Amino acid sequence: MNRVPIGTKSGLVYKMTIENKQFDTVIGLEVHLQLKTQSKIFCGCANNFGAEANSQVCPVCLGLPGSLPVLNKKVLEYAVKIGLALNCKINSYIKFDRKNYYYPDLPKAYQISQYDFPVCYQGFVLVPQESSTVKKVGITRAHIEEDAGKLIHDNENNCSLVDYNRTGTPLLEIVTEPDLRSAQEAYDYLQILKLTLQYLDVSDCDMEKGSLRCDANISIRPVGETKLGVKTELKNMNSFRAVKAALTFEENRQTQVVKAGGKITQETRLWDEAKQMSITMRSKEEAHDYRYFPDPDLTPFQVDSSVIEQIRKSLPELPVDKWERIKKEYGLNDYDAWILVSSPEIAAFFEECAKLHTNYKNICNWISGSLMQEINSRKLSLGDLRITPRRLVELILKAEDGTLSNLVAKDVFRYALETDKSIDEIIQEKGLAQVSDSVTLEKIVDEIITQNENAVRQIKNGDEKPLGFLVGQAMKKTQGKANPKKIGEILKRRIIDA
Amino acid sequence: MKLNELTAHEILDLIKAGKETPAAVYKSVKEQISKTEGKVHAYARLIDNQEIDNKLRVDSCPIPIAIKDNICIKDNETTCASKILQGFKPPYDATVIKKLKDSKAIFVGNANMDEFAFGSSCETSAFGPTRNPWNIDCVPGGSSGGSAAAVASSEAVWAIGSDTGGSIRQPACLCGVVGLKPTYGVVSRFGLIAFASSLDQIGPITKDVIDNALLLNIISGYDENDSTSVKMEKPDYTKALIKDIKGIRIGIPKEYFIEGIDPEVEKSVKDSIEKLKSLGAVVKEISLPHTEYAVATYYITATAEASSNLARFDGVQYGLRAIPKSQRKNPIVDMYEETRNQGFGREAKRRIMLGTYALSSGYYDAYYLRALKVRTLIKNDFDKVFKDCDCIVTPTSPTTAFKIGERMDDPIAMYLSDIYTIPANLSGIPAISIPCGFSKNNLPIGLQIMAKAFDEKMLFKVAYAYEQSTDWHKKRVSL
Repeated sequence: MNRVPIGTKSGLVYKMTIENKQFDTVIGLEVHLQLKTQSKIFCGCANNFGAEANSQVCPVCLGLPGSLPVLNKKVLEYAVKIGLALNCKINSYIKFDRKNYYYPDLPKAYQISQYDFPVCYQGFVLVPQESSTVKKVGITRAHIEEDAGKLIHDNENNCSLVDYNRTGTPLLEIVTEPDLRSAQEAYDYLQILKLTLQYLDVSDCDMEKGSLRCDANISIRPVGETKLGVKTELKNMNSFRAVKAALTFEENRQTQVVKAGGKITQETRLWDEAKQMSITMRSKEEAHDYRYFPDPDLTPFQVDSSVIEQIRKSLPELPVDKWERIKKEYGLNDYDAWILVSSPEIAAFFEECAKLHTNYKNICNWISGSLMQEINSRKLSLGDLRITPRRLVELILKAEDGTLSNLVAKDVFRYALETDKSIDEIIQEKGLAQVSDSVTLEKIVDEIITQNENAVRQIKNGDEKPLGFLVGQAMKKTQGKANPKKIGEILKRRIIDA
Repeated sequence: MKLNELTAHEILDLIKAGKETPAAVYKSVKEQISKTEGKVHAYARLIDNQEIDNKLRVDSCPIPIAIKDNICIKDNETTCASKILQGFKPPYDATVIKKLKDSKAIFVGNANMDEFAFGSSCETSAFGPTRNPWNIDCVPGGSSGGSAAAVASSEAVWAIGSDTGGSIRQPACLCGVVGLKPTYGVVSRFGLIAFASSLDQIGPITKDVIDNALLLNIISGYDENDSTSVKMEKPDYTKALIKDIKGIRIGIPKEYFIEGIDPEVEKSVKDSIEKLKSLGAVVKEISLPHTEYAVATYYITATAEASSNLARFDGVQYGLRAIPKSQRKNPIVDMYEETRNQGFGREAKRRIMLGTYALSSGYYDAYYLRALKVRTLIKNDFDKVFKDCDCIVTPTSPTTAFKIGERMDDPIAMYLSDIYTIPANLSGIPAISIPCGFSKNNLPIGLQIMAKAFDEKMLFKVAYAYEQSTDWHKKRVSL
């Protein structure tokens, strides 16, 4: 079961404090995305997360002498899909290059990647802003490459172990233009990117599991300057929040250095999550010469434009488009609509409900309230719950026609998550239907009046405030089943009009 | 003639007629090995415990074969004649090995070679040099020197080699046997430990042209495990073995008959051309104007690819792992350096350095990229010529076998021994070397025939016609 985490915090709900700034911040992001194809990029091994160490390997992904790579065409399809969703141009000339470097997790001592002909280039992502505007973030390129293995340091035995299961996992590296101007913008971009990828169903996008990894380049420059400043590269961030924190830290560090009359040195810095700070990993002088050259084992080939068009036609509606449409079609505001599109499953669920009932705002409230609360607090996905659009709408109708009080309706909702019984059955079984018949209600009010003399007197004296209190008492007595509106009416009639 | 001195097709006839058994053939090969291997040293190691199935299917070919030590045989040590791969037993079969196993081949041993196929003399092997069966003071050529020497000394009936710049044809020539480099993509490279991936091609080394076509029939064909393997209908190469070459247009490139060519070689090759003419071929002079750049282009391309292909030998997963004596940089880098320092021989180190340099940032355009462009020009030369020619005939090597040690300190002289063979690799076309004479010192001379891509049949046709009208291929070494 693939859990889709559903976030309610979008880029729309934040406040930025604008101070008198001396420097502009310039940020570009590099995202490494693991593609969830069935098999690895150049061999038939399963592309599995969490299997026993070195159990998903073969001579090809182990880079054994004599083995040769054969491209998994699904990887190319996914890459093109993502490229099109990011508004990229697609290179129909597919070419792979070798990036040479030594590391024990890289069995061939080169990574098969794409150097001068990335499959996708010159795209952009639209990031909705709080001010109802959209920020356009340029995508420089997105290229296909293979993932490396995983080193595990065994401190007890003072050695390092290698797990090659991850070797050959298909990756797409997505590189932005230096278009981002703050840590928050970077965070918002990542949210939109992740959401888009979830809509495409091409990756788990889980930073904790490493299926989405993000490095950031950041520099500052005096306000008004157009030339880029000296950048540093930030690595080792394990969540979007960490990306934001690392960028904020680095923005401040660079500003302090420059204000103190110092110069920024080009370097790679590692984020330390525990200490909430970054430290120098290597300077530019130590940078690798990767000696890229065309991989002779993979002959370049041409992708037919009809294939690309076919992929384009298969694209689902993407989040920002869906957002615009849902706003228009159902008359919802920016915020409500955004909550709904924050997960493709939720949006689809909403639209199913909307086919059955036209009080869209109320459906939206139920989904963004009760439903998402359950999902988030219990860390579940929609598919784990037994509620269906039909049953949710039945429930909403019961609440709207007064059969259920809102309070009780929420209880019924919780029961509905655990069983497949109909809403009616649940109401009957639990005896939860709202009590509206006057005989019963009059009897209840009798009891309330005799038990709350003080409040009754106060009301009689013209202070209607305790009326609410009395309604509450009636609700309590009936475990929420009494129709509060009717109780209020009876109370008024009996106390004030009497 | 002893059984092991016969050709494969002669042996197959005897077996099919019930006169001999595969076991008897293998026995005669083993006897030959015990008699002459001490002098020739054709093998890096012998493969024992071969199961021999005396029952035959129609397509069985139970012939004792030598396999170059850079082709993976499952669970059998395969080392490219290098210390760095000592103890490496591949967990899988190369595609050609799988095909040979299907044909019931009998694997005699892993043939010696230049380390990682880096050389033209078989002297760079970590196991020591192989010697030329015709004169054991001379080299057998290389890098498939062990394969060629095994066939020439009848220590195998036939053999598999690999050819990156002439590594099948030059040793075949120097040992007086037939060696074919097929068109790039005709034989799967899966399981061939790469030297230069865009040039490497596996091919047969045999006693005559018929055997060569038979063995190519077994090992060729599309392989989904090799992206550079070509999808095409598999021809029956033996169908090309007809004597009639009337009207075949043969080009003789003027650039190939240059200063430095041994006069005896030149004479034998020119005599052979006359012979082909007398058989009805139409001979004309042609020009391949970029020939002079071939060696330089080759050594940049091949070493660049090799520097990357050999980077995986780092002591982490398999083969040699040397423990650094003292800490210099950090434990892992020290281990890499010590392993590679101890594991690679001089020529391997030289080529890794050359290739690394050619790919380095700032030099890439001037070397690697330029070499790629010249490679295209060389290929264009051939495309142009093959519009008016059916094949091209040249010497295989400018000289006969040279003395062991003679060129070891002169890498340039060594590199020039591949001057005639390199262009076929750069342009991907097929080329065959067949015996065409002997020098006064009784050393073999070879004739190279090249044809356009995928026209192996043309090579077999012309080679067969020539062979049928001469006796060079019938001569056997007495050791």
